[in-house]
Amino acid sequence: MAEKFDAIVVGAGPSGNAAAYTLAKSGLKVLQLERGEYPGSKNVQGAILYSDALERIIPDFREDAPLERHIIEQRMWVLDDESFVGTHYRSDEFNKPPYNRYTIIRAQFDKWFSQKAQEAGALLLCETTVSDLIMDGDRVVGVQTDRLGGSVHADIVILADGVNSVLARKAGFRPELNPGDVALAVKEIHFMPEETIQSRFNISGESGVVIEMVGKITKGMMGTGFLYTNKESLTIGVGCMLSDFKKQKVSPNQLLEEMKNHPSIKPLIEGGEMKEYAAHLIPEGGYKAIPQIYGEGWMIVGDSGMFVNAVHREGSNLAMTTGRIAAETIIELAEKQKPFSARNLAAYREKLDASFVMKDLKKYRNMPGIFHRNPQFFTTYPELVNQAAHTMIKVDGIDKKTKEREIRNSFTHRRSLFGLMGDAFKMWRAFE
Amino acid sequence: MHIVVCIKQVPDSAQIRVHPVTNTIMRQGVPAIVNPYDLFSLEEALRLKDIHGGRVTVITMGPPQAEAALRKCISFGADEAILVTDRAFAGADTLATSYALATAIAQIAKDQAVDMVFCGKQTIDGDTAQVGPGIAKRMDMQLLTYVSQVDSLDITSRTVQVQRRAEGGVQVLTTRLPCLVTMLEGTNEMRFATMDNMFRAARYQLKVWDRVAAGIEDVSKIGLKGSPTVVSKVFAPQAKTQRAEIIDSESGEPRDLALTLISKLFTQHPAMSEAVVKQSA
Amino acid sequence: MSAETKAPVKKAGKGKYELSDELKAYQGVWVFVEHERGEVHPVSWELLGEGRKLAAQLGVPLSGVVLGAPGLATRRFCEEAFFHGADNCYLIEDAALGNYRNQPFTKGLTDLVNTYKPEILLLGATTQGRDLAGSVATTLKTGLTADCTELNIDMENRSLAASRPTFGGSLLCTILTLNYRPQMATVRPRVMSMPQRDNSRTGSIVQHPLGLIETDIVTKVLEYIPDNRQDKPQLAFADIIVSGGRGMKNPENFQLIWDLALLLGAEVGASRPVVQAGWVDLERQVGQSGKTVRPKLYIAAGISGAIQHRVGMEGSDVIIAINNDPNAPIFDFATYGIVGNAMTILPALTQAFKQQFAVAKMAS
Ligand SMILES: Cc1cc2nc3c(=O)[nH]c(=O)nc-3n(C[C@H](O)[C@H](O)[C@H](O)COP(=O)(O)OP(=O)(O)OC[C@H]3O[C@@H](n4cnc5c(N)ncnc54)[C@H](O)[C@@H]3O)c2cc1C
Ligand SMILES: Cc1cc2nc3c(=O)[nH]c(=O)nc-3n(C[C@H](O)[C@H](O)[C@H](O)COP(=O)(O)OP(=O)(O)OC[C@H]3O[C@@H](n4cnc5c(N)ncnc54)[C@H](O)[C@@H]3O)c2cc1C
Ligand SMILES: Nc1ncnc2c1ncn2[C@@H]1O[C@H](COP(=O)(O)O)[C@@H](O)[C@H]1O
Repeated sequence: MAEKFDAIVVGAGPSGNAAAYTLAKSGLKVLQLERGEYPGSKNVQGAILYSDALERIIPDFREDAPLERHIIEQRMWVLDDESFVGTHYRSDEFNKPPYNRYTIIRAQFDKWFSQKAQEAGALLLCETTVSDLIMDGDRVVGVQTDRLGGSVHADIVILADGVNSVLARKAGFRPELNPGDVALAVKEIHFMPEETIQSRFNISGESGVVIEMVGKITKGMMGTGFLYTNKESLTIGVGCMLSDFKKQKVSPNQLLEEMKNHPSIKPLIEGGEMKEYAAHLIPEGGYKAIPQIYGEGWMIVGDSGMFVNAVHREGSNLAMTTGRIAAETIIELAEKQKPFSARNLAAYREKLDASFVMKDLKKYRNMPGIFHRNPQFFTTYPELVNQAAHTMIKVDGIDKKTKEREIRNSFTHRRSLFGLMGDAFKMWRAFE
Repeated sequence: MHIVVCIKQVPDSAQIRVHPVTNTIMRQGVPAIVNPYDLFSLEEALRLKDIHGGRVTVITMGPPQAEAALRKCISFGADEAILVTDRAFAGADTLATSYALATAIAQIAKDQAVDMVFCGKQTIDGDTAQVGPGIAKRMDMQLLTYVSQVDSLDITSRTVQVQRRAEGGVQVLTTRLPCLVTMLEGTNEMRFATMDNMFRAARYQLKVWDRVAAGIEDVSKIGLKGSPTVVSKVFAPQAKTQRAEIIDSESGEPRDLALTLISKLFTQHPAMSEAVVKQSA
Repeated sequence: MSAETKAPVKKAGKGKYELSDELKAYQGVWVFVEHERGEVHPVSWELLGEGRKLAAQLGVPLSGVVLGAPGLATRRFCEEAFFHGADNCYLIEDAALGNYRNQPFTKGLTDLVNTYKPEILLLGATTQGRDLAGSVATTLKTGLTADCTELNIDMENRSLAASRPTFGGSLLCTILTLNYRPQMATVRPRVMSMPQRDNSRTGSIVQHPLGLIETDIVTKVLEYIPDNRQDKPQLAFADIIVSGGRGMKNPENFQLIWDLALLLGAEVGASRPVVQAGWVDLERQVGQSGKTVRPKLYIAAGISGAIQHRVGMEGSDVIIAINNDPNAPIFDFATYGIVGNAMTILPALTQAFKQQFAVAKMAS
């Protein structure tokens, strides 16, 4: 006999775990299905965890969550082929608990979060892939898994199955992925002794550093590179729009290899031993790419709903927040004994609109398009900025005024004054 | 038929790293899995149960986290799972481990007689292949190691016929129950758990036995005390100080590289070269 | 052994370990001479070579142990054992020992140990040796260290210091059996080198009864199906091995390995990913969970040199590595390295060997 649950959550990433935890804690009968060997086994993230979103779900998460390092210093580098110009922001404010941001390793973090959901009463089955949604007319009434005797019913199905969401696409809830709306990121984790990391990055104890990079490392493609410090390892990766990869015919792997050999990056990772390699998509279409996220007996949360703020590299927090809010919507309806119809579930979207999730995404709604149409942000500018710095810093007997003129000329020579002003305007509009 | 399968939870050794400076194991985040060799034995036990009916009990001696490994076995179709866990077991070598397991299996047998015990060929962390033979000896069971196939099992006459891998061939053996079998790797493939068994495993209340529940009275035979072997030193394999001589040629063409290499071989290793020439003839 | 994975390292060797008089009576180094189908497994001779060194250090005799059915062969095995370094041999001849079976062999070996009390007992880590060693050690309630790669004597404690890989070969550990005798260890074939055979050596044979009759033995051998030696790769004893790894990319490219091997009259080996991908049989896997090999020449193409592979082949006399990554670990221990694409280097190498052989032929 097929089992019946109040809710089924597909996926045990941050969005699915947030939803399952919140639902189970309220006493609902929850089944969570995950195709990986264990939660997080195949999940990929940079990975930076923003405390706030998790705090709202598990206030005392710091007590036992597997956190790597809290971040006290953020570096932003603009790279040319041989150099970089950068800013470092470091504040002791970040070194006082409760910490605001942490590096994490997803395989461990997801496992922990999922354990919390199970302790709250959710039933988790791993290595179980949901292959289809079971429909009754236009209503979702359950899921079909790849196992023998694998259909399970529920009053509501939450799709927390990540950026690819085969299920949402199959069911027609979401269009096919547009290569211009997703970035392809590759990353590696390199083992490195704790002491080496600490001395190389000028940190002590469990404090950490993150480096975000733009510039010629992406060969003109829209994208960024990153390097994060974990306890006993470094994470290094790079991601660019899928459409750009297709156009430029460079493999992500090759891009990462070259980035690792950049003279400013190589010494930081030297001596590390590669532990894992992963590639993953990131939905970067922003506000305009968000599909319908609820319907008769179904809801979409996290990456599956394209909830990522690419400008600020926020994804897991939006995933957790959408998961929590979806669950809270269900709990409210259940308390009022209202059915999980599209009409009633519209409250989910309303809550999101009122939250930072939609507000932030709306703010940057034009960003992806601008970067897309203006590759100079990733080629010409890094080069110019680095040249400028070089010209100013090098002492060679040329007076500073001439140098300034040279720099100005180099900018207007490579891009017209109108172009420069236009770019500045575009950026201003986008961030406004 | 009542079959007991001994399984062990092991760290996925493919993901273990050694700290380059301190030479200690960096275990952080290394996932724990069911010893892969044990799955060949579990599958064989389940197959025999499918044919002859009966019950399969899995047992492990290990820390409380080993529960996950047992649960996994339930999802494949094992009927019962017993976790034997006690601080007193810490530091056990194979002699002490086989004693604890043999005693616990004898305890299981009080409930329902045990006809067969299955062990993995070896573990991937210990790699000794001794616990199986040790249990058989202690329980006075016939031992069949490196079994590539169970040909037949006759419950009424209580006989079993197997094929056992030997160094130069395969032995076809017949013996009486009860017996202990260790399966060779690659002899079968673990089944894909059904949804019902997945649910059963997720909800299953496994039996947790401490030393006393497992029927172990003599503490001097378990843990560190019951282990004749002592680890005196752990160290990293000696790194060869000499790196390879990299063969290069002016042109860097494969052909020139190959010729340079061969002339080096034949001038600097005459004995070996002689063997090569002889062999090739 | 769970000891080294779980146990806090119990520090031995601080003070000298005083054996009881009863245990002091255990003297001498024994090697179990394993045979099947009328042939002694070479690992036994390798162990006699190693046992010779241990016995010399301890100042005790080295003995071979032969169990078998009555007939000429067992005597010949004893003789061979003398040639390979044994001072004497313990021999049990009984019809029940015709084929290897756990029960009578365990009984025979255990009785011999209890009667003649050796301090060290070595066996090959083969299907037979491991089957027997585990049963004998349990019966004797003594320590057994499996799959050792190095044997030494810790003179301070007069005990066997047996080293073996742990944690998938990433570390080694040394294990002592302090107040139990005998100290048992198994060693994989080809880990120790083959001793020089000396046909002039002789020794004495001590015979012992089995004390077991066929009807007491529960397990029966119905049939023995010998492997077809022709199809079976004999990696462990090959003089030349050409191995390919994941870097060969696909089975078609792997043919280049076979081509070179064919020319050299060599065996083909492989790293684990290649075996797992099904390009070659399991029998050809070299490494920790495959075969240990000691050829005169080992050619590794597209193999990174992971520790699990390395432990199986680093005993080779000359290692040639072909890899396109100049930082591949294999270059850390190979004799010669070529940094380049295996797909072009291998055919060139095959061609160059061909030329060399032609020259050698003309010269002779
Ligand atoms: C390289 C990279 C770096 C990033 N860096 C950051 C960062 O620093 N900070 C940040 O906040 N975000 C970052 N992100 C984004 C973040 O990883 C995602 O937004 C977040 O993981 C989304 O969570 P999710 O739960 O929606 O999806 P996922 O984490 O993708 O989880 C989906 C889960 O569903 C399972 N699943 C899928 N299909 C099925 C099925 N049919 N049946 C059963 N199970 C299924 C999957 O196995 C998976 O466990 C990064 C992403 C990438 C790729
Ligand atoms: C418990 C355990 C037991 C194991 N036992 C064994 C064992 O017995 N034997 C074994 O081999 N492994 C074993 N392994 C696996 C081992 O850890 C390694 O994963 C394996 O040896 C790697 O095989 P590889 O070198 O072929 O592949 P990789 O590590 O992927 O290396 C491929 C190499 O090919 C090179 N390459 C790529 N393209 C080319 C080209 N065109 N030309 C030249 N070179 C190229 C690459 O630079 C790389 O160095 C075991 C692992 C575990 C955990
Ligand atoms: N702690 C344990 N609990 C249960 N079974 C074990 C344990 N240790 C070893 N075994 C069994 O004995 C087999 C051989 O282990 P080993 O001698 O460690 O190589 C394993 O494959 C298991 O079946």
